[in-house]
Amino acid sequence: MFGTKINKDPHGYYFIAPFFISFFIFGLGPILYSFYLSFTNWTGFDQPEFIGLANYERLIQDTVFLKSISNTLIIWIFSIIPQLTIALTLALILHEKFIRGRHLFHAIFYFPNIITPITIGVMFALMFDWQTGSINQFLLSIGIINEPIYWLNDPWLARIIVALTMMFQNFGFNMLVFLAGLQAIPKDLYEAAEIDGASRVQTALRITIPLIRPVLIFTLITSVIGGLQIFDAPLMIGKGPDNSTLTMIMNLYEAAFVRYDYGYGATIAYGAFVVIAIATAITFMIPGVRKKREAK
Amino acid sequence: MSQMKNNQNSFSDEELKKKKRISLIKTLIWIGIIIAAIICLIPFYSMIITSTHANSEITRKLLLVPGDRLLANYERLVDVVPIWRGFVNSLIITVISTIIGLYFSALGGYGFSKYNFKGNPILFAAVLATMMVPGQLGIIGFYRLMNEFGLLNTYWPLILPSVSNAFALFFFKQVADASVPKEMMESARIDGCRELNIFHRIALPLMGPSLATLGIFLFISKWNEFLQPMIILFDQELQTLPVLIASVRSQFNVDYGAQYVGIVISIIPILIVFALFSKQIIGNVMAGAIKE
Repeated sequence: MFGTKINKDPHGYYFIAPFFISFFIFGLGPILYSFYLSFTNWTGFDQPEFIGLANYERLIQDTVFLKSISNTLIIWIFSIIPQLTIALTLALILHEKFIRGRHLFHAIFYFPNIITPITIGVMFALMFDWQTGSINQFLLSIGIINEPIYWLNDPWLARIIVALTMMFQNFGFNMLVFLAGLQAIPKDLYEAAEIDGASRVQTALRITIPLIRPVLIFTLITSVIGGLQIFDAPLMIGKGPDNSTLTMIMNLYEAAFVRYDYGYGATIAYGAFVVIAIATAITFMIPGVRKKREAK
Repeated sequence: MSQMKNNQNSFSDEELKKKKRISLIKTLIWIGIIIAAIICLIPFYSMIITSTHANSEITRKLLLVPGDRLLANYERLVDVVPIWRGFVNSLIITVISTIIGLYFSALGGYGFSKYNFKGNPILFAAVLATMMVPGQLGIIGFYRLMNEFGLLNTYWPLILPSVSNAFALFFFKQVADASVPKEMMESARIDGCRELNIFHRIALPLMGPSLATLGIFLFISKWNEFLQPMIILFDQELQTLPVLIASVRSQFNVDYGAQYVGIVISIIPILIVFALFSKQIIGNVMAGAIKE
């Protein structure tokens, strides 16, 4: 055909140009520039002064930075395990035919996810406030406790509350992702299993779980990358006693924009990046993850 | 004969028992999810109720019914923090960013899908690679660069980066692969249509439903942005809602009534929009989840 002979293909560059121009200016440029700044001690007022690897030497000896890594990982584990369990359980239940008013439940469980994380953070901080919080008031009024519990004054309780906040915010979204995965499974597979006389447990283990595995892996990877960057909601709840709920990104924020130590802040950003990259790489090493991704 | 009858009887007995057990399980499941739903809603209920009481009451007891101090709390709040202004600011930034993000991501995705230019697969892989980089990595360089460009305290650094959203571009490439037939482009070319016009007149309308799906994702994530507006904007009058909510927390240290009202203002409008459109929103989120 004549039409296909005309080479229109170079036009493609115009279509993708805006993405790359914007990415170079607002994405890659700042990332490379941050890398340069991580070798300087820039305080925001005068010109950055090159100091070589000093910031990185400081970083690996910085107990606050090391603590922020373990805090982030602890909070992530406390939030992700119950979160995915609850999300999967609710998805399996809401997928059952006998549940009526399904949409209402979808809406209720998903709602916290569209609220600004800042709001969720303030909400939980107010709820667990030891003097005025509704949790203590409730426990006091039904007589479980005699004195208000100072929730956020205990390192482990504070971490669990931050984890709970993340869980409350995100389980609904993961539930919807699981539900979407469940709905994509062809119905005739279940019918065939029923005719063959498979039990419900067998059906779940042999059909449902294997077929939603790509979805499970997707949520796992997104929650590793997203979960290690938690910042807004924990910032509202506070650092906890002895920095016990200080996350990696909170630490970055405090160094740069509270203490005006921008150069070292950039170094913390790269430190956090390495931690996230390692965690992501470990996730990809879980048996089956890579294979399933390729199969997709 | 009688034995057989007996057998049949016991069989139907067992059947009955099984049915009873199943309906018992169903009831328990129902109770379970209703309790879960109530737990999920209680924090919001508690926030709204508490916002209508005076500070002295908030500190003293568990509040279950509305009080009459909502207006007083509200007035103390808006005297100090222009929270509705923040709402409008957030809306302006979010709507413009979403439109820009949708348009340019569709443009890029369509470009990668339909044009066989040199380096297409490599450049596309580069786009995907950018998804792996955490957002905060470049934040300090971003701040200083915007300072050098003289763009601090303006909306440009918050809106323009929406042009390059790797996830959205990836999404639209798949959409264009599936829903824009090359034959239609060919015939438009023969009719003398220019390339950009083909995109506007044929491809964009064909990608319509996906624009809605991704629009919701882009809207929510932009609306929730906190760190960027906080470091880029200095004037309180320009600030976005999440940053103002955060400032309410620090400015009204012991004024719990005002803090609760701030929370309610940030939730209620979302609640109304969600109540009206939850079916579409959830449907789109689920559709997006599968495409991912």
